[in-house]
Amino acid sequence: MGIYSKPVVFAVLSAAVILIGTVVTVFVPLLMPSTQPVSAWVKPYTAVELEGRDIYMREGCQNCHTQTVRPLRTEVLRYGEYSKPEEFAFDRPFLWGSRRTGPDLNRVGGKYPDAWHYLHMQNPQGMFGKSNMPPYGWLAEKKLDVTHSFRKTSVLGYGYSEQEVLQQIDACRTKVTAPAYDSRKARNSVTPEALRNDLTEMDAMIAYLQKLGKDVKSPEAKN
Amino acid sequence: MKETGYEYQIVRGFAFSALFWLIVGLLVGLWISVEMFTPALNLTPWLSFGRLRVVHTNGLGLGFGLAGIFATSYYMLQRLTRTPLPFPGLARAHLYLFNAAIALAALSLFAGFSTTKEYAELEWPLDIGVVILWVMFAVNVFAILIKRQEKQMYISLWYIIAMTVTVAVLYIVNNLEIPVTWNKSYSIYAGANDANVQWWYGHNIVGFIFTVPVLAMFYYFLPKASGLPIYSHRLSIVSFWALIFAYLWTGAHHLMLTPLPEWIQTVAIAFSIFLIAPSWGSVVNGYYTLQGNWDQMRSNYLVKFFILGVTFYGLQTIQGPTQGLRTLNAFFHYTDWVVGHVHMGTMGWVAMVISASFYYMIPRITGTQLYSIRLANLHFWLILVGQLLWTITMWIGGIQQGAMWKATSPDGSLMYDFLDSVTSLYPYYRLRFAAGVVYFAGILVFAWNLIMTVRQKPAEAEA
Repeated sequence: MGIYSKPVVFAVLSAAVILIGTVVTVFVPLLMPSTQPVSAWVKPYTAVELEGRDIYMREGCQNCHTQTVRPLRTEVLRYGEYSKPEEFAFDRPFLWGSRRTGPDLNRVGGKYPDAWHYLHMQNPQGMFGKSNMPPYGWLAEKKLDVTHSFRKTSVLGYGYSEQEVLQQIDACRTKVTAPAYDSRKARNSVTPEALRNDLTEMDAMIAYLQKLGKDVKSPEAKN
Repeated sequence: MKETGYEYQIVRGFAFSALFWLIVGLLVGLWISVEMFTPALNLTPWLSFGRLRVVHTNGLGLGFGLAGIFATSYYMLQRLTRTPLPFPGLARAHLYLFNAAIALAALSLFAGFSTTKEYAELEWPLDIGVVILWVMFAVNVFAILIKRQEKQMYISLWYIIAMTVTVAVLYIVNNLEIPVTWNKSYSIYAGANDANVQWWYGHNIVGFIFTVPVLAMFYYFLPKASGLPIYSHRLSIVSFWALIFAYLWTGAHHLMLTPLPEWIQTVAIAFSIFLIAPSWGSVVNGYYTLQGNWDQMRSNYLVKFFILGVTFYGLQTIQGPTQGLRTLNAFFHYTDWVVGHVHMGTMGWVAMVISASFYYMIPRITGTQLYSIRLANLHFWLILVGQLLWTITMWIGGIQQGAMWKATSPDGSLMYDFLDSVTSLYPYYRLRFAAGVVYFAGILVFAWNLIMTVRQKPAEAEA
């Protein structure tokens, strides 16, 4: 009886059947620029922010933190302006997450000073006694590996020259190691002495967190 | 009992691999469930929740799920085609490579090599390994189907074919990435597109690993275990095609109210609702198969597993589309409700059907009797009670958290800090851990029962 005795025909037919929904809802949107629009307001990550993002991925932060504020009243009250598609043009992969064991982070940039993040990541329970976030103090004990930074930004098509990448790394190092750095005390309290003049993984992570939502917040502030 | 030429060593190897990864995956699960209320358990970077959670999901999804599927598929394929496995050497290599790959996968995730895309976290060298393993499996699937002695392909074979084809498409498309180093790559898709591709994958990999092949087992082993033919062949045809057609449209219900274009979300809602029909087609087919023979729920220990299993599948496929509705999703999404939903499917439907399939299959391929039906019944009740307690706890916790996120004071300000919503869940997390222990005890009984079964002398000796 027909296809039920023809395995190859059956397989081809199954493939066709599963591809219909796939083409319409996945492949066609890939070809539509409106699915992932770009905006002049939203800038790519700097090399250090990108390294921070890679550490965020390595540690699986997205398992507990989302990065999409939904257009719901209480959500906007809690986190800020809801997320727009333009903001994610440089996100490969996306890190929207699926579970909020911790709060959403899409608007965390600029919400707290760097010092807050150093102290909080070192010991979340020191700041919030009943928090269940794992401690990440050891990130400050690891020197940031920038060997592949340029290669990473090139693969992602951010358009930086090798020189620019080095400048970005240098600028961040200068900022966090300067005597005038506003979060110096907190940084020194978590960073071992030998690494205080270098960039650590925690520095990069904080640079990344401070970038989140910043491009959207700044034009709003100007209005 | 033993037919000449059938290759059962591979079946047995995959079945015990499944058991091994099941126990490992559940132990990791228990560990992270305690981390949820005792953060001190995040002892080292590789024991921190962010890394361990993916070891849990991959260990059980790939390690237990896939090994269970391979074990039962190699068995069903040979029985239903009345043909010995065409390439037993390839299947043996498949078994060894599979276990090596799962072990490497677990180590790589402990080390933090992760693409972060859910259920596709493995980095690119392991992705290549997974594709090779899948091809090794597919060669035997199609070779045996082409050489088969039995003209008609039974329902279970349709589901195995659909899985073989679809998983290949899903896995390759979602894992297209550009390597930076040997352990780091970036997705070729950006932002909303990456999210859309990922959840098309994420939803359907669950569908074509935790639904389609488990239905293949259900359609084969329920009639075998009960001695009753499937109620309706026509219903199984309609259910099959409608299921595999509709599944692929629904991934975006995981992205409700995100920046993904609204039309994709709405199409996903519509198809999710439609999907209730073919899902229940199989549920009803299972129930009606027992028509007039419901006493088997009492007298036949295997039937209990299948019928309760398919009942959880039925509940799952109503709950899923319901929580995908925009209004309800706004409340439930990102809470533990969804965690409860997933675990009813895995701990209820998948584990129960695989358990009973193994109980049916292992004695037959080793020429023995099951070591203890009493222990099988104990296993059944422990995993049933453990699972129900687990999922109901998470649903209530999810409702609580969703309500606290939404609550506002009369002046319109938020009533609770985020942290309040976390700490209010700790009692539920403790109860969830206890439920997990009950469930795990049931699985240990299962493993013990199967180990003792294969350690017995073959049944011929007694007869």
